[in-house]
Amino acid sequence: MQTQLNQILQEAKEQLEKAQNLAQADEVRVKTLGKKGQLTQILRGMGKLSPEEKKELGQAANKVRNEIETLLEEKMAQVKAAAREAQFKLEKIDVTEPGKDMSLGVKHPITITIEEISQIFMSMGYSIAEGPQVESVFNAFDALNSPPNHPSRDMTDTFYIAKDTVLRPHTSSVQIRTLMSQEPPIKVIAPGRCFRCDTPDATHSPMFHQVEGLIVDEGITMADLKGTLDSMAKQLFGSSTKTKFRPHHFPFTEPSAEMDVSCFKCGGKGCRICKGSGWIEILGCGMVHPNVLAVGGIDTEKYTGFAFGMGVERIAMLKYGVDDIRLFYENDMRFINQFK
Amino acid sequence: MLVPIEWLKDYTDINVDIKEFCDRMIMSGSNLETCEHFCEEMENVVVGKIEKIEKHPDADKLVVCQINIGKEELVQIVTGAPNVFEGAYVPVALHKSRIPGPLHGKAKEEGGTKITKGKLRGIESFGMLCSAGELGFDDKVVPVAHKDGIWILEEEYPLGQDFAEALGLKQAVVDFEITPNRPDCLSMTGMAREAAATFGEKLVDPDTACVSETGKQAKDFIQVEIKEPELCRRYAARIVTDVKIGQSPWWLQKRLMYAGMRPINNIVDITNFVMLEFGQPIHAFDIRQIEESKIIVECAQEGETFTTLDNTERTLTEDMLLIKDGKKGVAIAGVMGGLNSEIEEDTTTILVESANFNGDSVRATSKKLGLRTEASSRFEKGIDPNLCQAAADRVCRLIEILGCGKVASGTVDVYPKTFEAPTIDVRVERINQVLGIQLSAEDMTKIFESLEMKVQGSGAILKVTPPTIRQDMLTEVDFIEEVARMYGYDNLPVTIPKGNAEAGRSKERSLIDHARDTLCALGLNEAQTYSFVSPKGLDDIRIAEDSWERDFVKILNPLGEENSVMRTILTPNMLEVLGRNYSRNIESVKAFEIGSTFTTNFIKPEDLPDEQTGLAIGIYGKDADFFVLKGTIEELLRNLGIKGISFTAESEYGVYHPGRCARIAVGEEELGIMGEVYPDVADKFGIGTRAYCCELFFDSVIRHANIEKAYEPLPKYPATSRDIALLVDEDLQVGDIEAVIQEEGKAILENVRLFDVYRGKQVEDGKKSVAFALTYRDKNKTLTDEEVTKVHDRVLEALKNKVNAVLREI
Repeated sequence: MQTQLNQILQEAKEQLEKAQNLAQADEVRVKTLGKKGQLTQILRGMGKLSPEEKKELGQAANKVRNEIETLLEEKMAQVKAAAREAQFKLEKIDVTEPGKDMSLGVKHPITITIEEISQIFMSMGYSIAEGPQVESVFNAFDALNSPPNHPSRDMTDTFYIAKDTVLRPHTSSVQIRTLMSQEPPIKVIAPGRCFRCDTPDATHSPMFHQVEGLIVDEGITMADLKGTLDSMAKQLFGSSTKTKFRPHHFPFTEPSAEMDVSCFKCGGKGCRICKGSGWIEILGCGMVHPNVLAVGGIDTEKYTGFAFGMGVERIAMLKYGVDDIRLFYENDMRFINQFK
Repeated sequence: MLVPIEWLKDYTDINVDIKEFCDRMIMSGSNLETCEHFCEEMENVVVGKIEKIEKHPDADKLVVCQINIGKEELVQIVTGAPNVFEGAYVPVALHKSRIPGPLHGKAKEEGGTKITKGKLRGIESFGMLCSAGELGFDDKVVPVAHKDGIWILEEEYPLGQDFAEALGLKQAVVDFEITPNRPDCLSMTGMAREAAATFGEKLVDPDTACVSETGKQAKDFIQVEIKEPELCRRYAARIVTDVKIGQSPWWLQKRLMYAGMRPINNIVDITNFVMLEFGQPIHAFDIRQIEESKIIVECAQEGETFTTLDNTERTLTEDMLLIKDGKKGVAIAGVMGGLNSEIEEDTTTILVESANFNGDSVRATSKKLGLRTEASSRFEKGIDPNLCQAAADRVCRLIEILGCGKVASGTVDVYPKTFEAPTIDVRVERINQVLGIQLSAEDMTKIFESLEMKVQGSGAILKVTPPTIRQDMLTEVDFIEEVARMYGYDNLPVTIPKGNAEAGRSKERSLIDHARDTLCALGLNEAQTYSFVSPKGLDDIRIAEDSWERDFVKILNPLGEENSVMRTILTPNMLEVLGRNYSRNIESVKAFEIGSTFTTNFIKPEDLPDEQTGLAIGIYGKDADFFVLKGTIEELLRNLGIKGISFTAESEYGVYHPGRCARIAVGEEELGIMGEVYPDVADKFGIGTRAYCCELFFDSVIRHANIEKAYEPLPKYPATSRDIALLVDEDLQVGDIEAVIQEEGKAILENVRLFDVYRGKQVEDGKKSVAFALTYRDKNKTLTDEEVTKVHDRVLEALKNKVNAVLREI
């Protein structure tokens, strides 16, 4: 019996050695350990033996079974590994081939710039206000303290729809809408499209965008104006940006100023971008003129405020180094894609 | 406003270099346009005298000059200029010299133009004789006498002397931008006042005191009557006899040239000089032509004709103010003098008019006549009537200094109502409050006084009276500005507003932002196009004549036909974007635009137009087809939380392929339209491939949008899938089949998905096979096979009965 067992083990060993794949290995399993396998036959034939013989043979048979099982497992693992390797070899790819086209779309650079400016002011507690692009002369000029003969009202400067209706030449008209519809404290910015009679060239566009800002509250000072816009400039152009406020004149603010930022290309040394001055004009601003506040029925003794307006195209051109404003409205996809 | 620094120094000391001057003037409120350094690039140009001129042997238009430059040897120079003559003093650019201006007919070079010796038609030329243009002067300021030739000097200078030095040419001219509130700064004395205040210097008034008046009385020559005191606040007239018309001395010519005006003759130059000095326009009449020794200021007759100095006959209207003598008009007040009373070579006695006309009236007249002059533009902005006397006196004094006339005594000055500046209460505390500073009343007083304002009081309220030239100083806030700019914006503290506010944006704005984000995430690029368009764009896209899209808001003064109306839809612009990209060989485009559209307001035409938000998508190229676009729209609308969207075939809309166009709706409300661009339309826009567009009425989309999110529990029980293939008529739409399945299966149907449409083998002509995957699920239990089959059979039955769809074996 023992000899028979040893022979089974020996044969199994030899056959497993020769096995090339899972099927051949499984053949060995079926032949030895299967329902009709050699080992099973031997164990079935034990009925006639004495309990002691049974015990002895059972132990010996189990030992052989365990050994074969271990051999089988080893062989299986070995065969599987070989198969995997062959598969991997077959499935090898060229990882330098290009990826599938999965491109995200890109926002227009004007939108990106407006969003960036809006984010800065929203973080300072400003809400977004809006108004129509076709505006009344009252909101666009009269209520903004613009004198009746101000040159900006001329038909050579502003587009008219009717005698008292214009395409708004600035987003400042939203100031009036806000002042007439809200009570202080007021804290809004108004991004939007504006129109002026400029023939398109590299630096002029008859349509452009502005972001207007307005704050009206008790105790607002010109120092607050400086602080707010200085902070905006640092966030927009980098923390080392310096600002300079120059006196200027706008009908709707007094005192009025223009704000320059230190040139972010040369840091103020003077270069082509800043035309050698080290400074770049960015926006107009000032303390809201009492006549403008009065239009909104606001107590000009109790409340003061400041307002500002900046050209979005100008800022985008400076930030991204775009040298022709017309590119924004050509919508060449190669241009838009650069702002990903 | 061009300010030659040498001239400015007549009125105030400037002890800083030009850069500091400019910087500090900017910070005190005078905005700088440019600062030009004249003749800085000029080297080795000397004064020469033409000793001899000979014809060039081989060129008719050239002459050979021998020039004396103060050395033993003469310099030979060939020139083509027609105005040279022997004995003329001229600027000579020697061999290896540099001139600031461009060579005649050439473009200006950075850093000037180098001149070297050379041969002209075989004759050696050791330099060049220069025109004023070549030395850096603009053509419009060069005296007519030598405008088209070599600069011939009127005075003698040492030969060989550096030309710029001899004529005093090297100086800075600063161009200031004068804002409309400061017309007083459109004058040398005005700018000097700003400079004096900025640098804390004294201001010296121009010399206006004549020392040798003749004793003849002006009033014996002329009487003045103002019939329209509203339109003419003042009329001052002085008389000068024994006038000798001639050239002005170089110093006077030079000042005018640097200030941007062309010298004409001594009398005209003096009137221009005084206008630049005071900002007060001056006109001189030849008194021979003033009939009845009268000046009457009154309105013209309607339809009256009048010939102005520029030899143009003009028809006047009754609202135009005219200066008349006893019989006729002699000048259009504040705009231009008449040809009939012009100063001529033989003029001997002149009337010097220094008057103040109403700005609005001058503006209206000037606009109606289409005649804008230096005088009219100054009157338009407003001039202080108190300047009239000093300006007239200054003209007389300069005539005296130049010795070109004798000044009669006295002024005929009609000034019905003296203009006085208002005195304004200015609160010290208020100024500090607005500016966020702590300045004393004393400091503020100093600032006001530096600007020649009178200050009374020293407590909480200052009573401030500005000089009458400062007509912009009307209310307290005007004085706040003066304190701010003279104190220096730089010196104001930097603070952040106190008080909190919560940022927000409207629902519309949020949804637009959301839509933009969604479309970008779907791989579309954003475009931005003009809000104004050509009305022809709608013809190009085959929009019907009577369609609502043609209800344009029109621009009265457009730049051109292509920008003459506000867009009613975005599609033409989108097609233009596609066409432009296609023409630039861009392989595929997926783009969208969100923007305003405009139509006239039917209900209330007196109100502003209707402004709506539109959304357009346009695609072409790789992977672009109807269903890619449809899928994009569906995902966009899903992402905006819109349910129950329907697409209905549309075959009549001109923009699109009649078999590939759908109207998009939610319930009864139309959201927009989409389709494959009609071939002719694509051609019109230069799109050489199939393109797909849609236009959504975004305001309607917004009404149905809901981006609030709510959690729904995940299914606990398994789903059962059944695939079916149906044989249907070719014309039957998938949407109709789906509708039947949805309706019948709704009790337990979770989802129905089309997965195949097949035509061909085993499917008879005029039929198609459509295959759907149906998913059944009950939220509350596991469905048994019988339960599913019951519903599924009902669905199949309904398909057969309602849309004649027969089950096929798959």
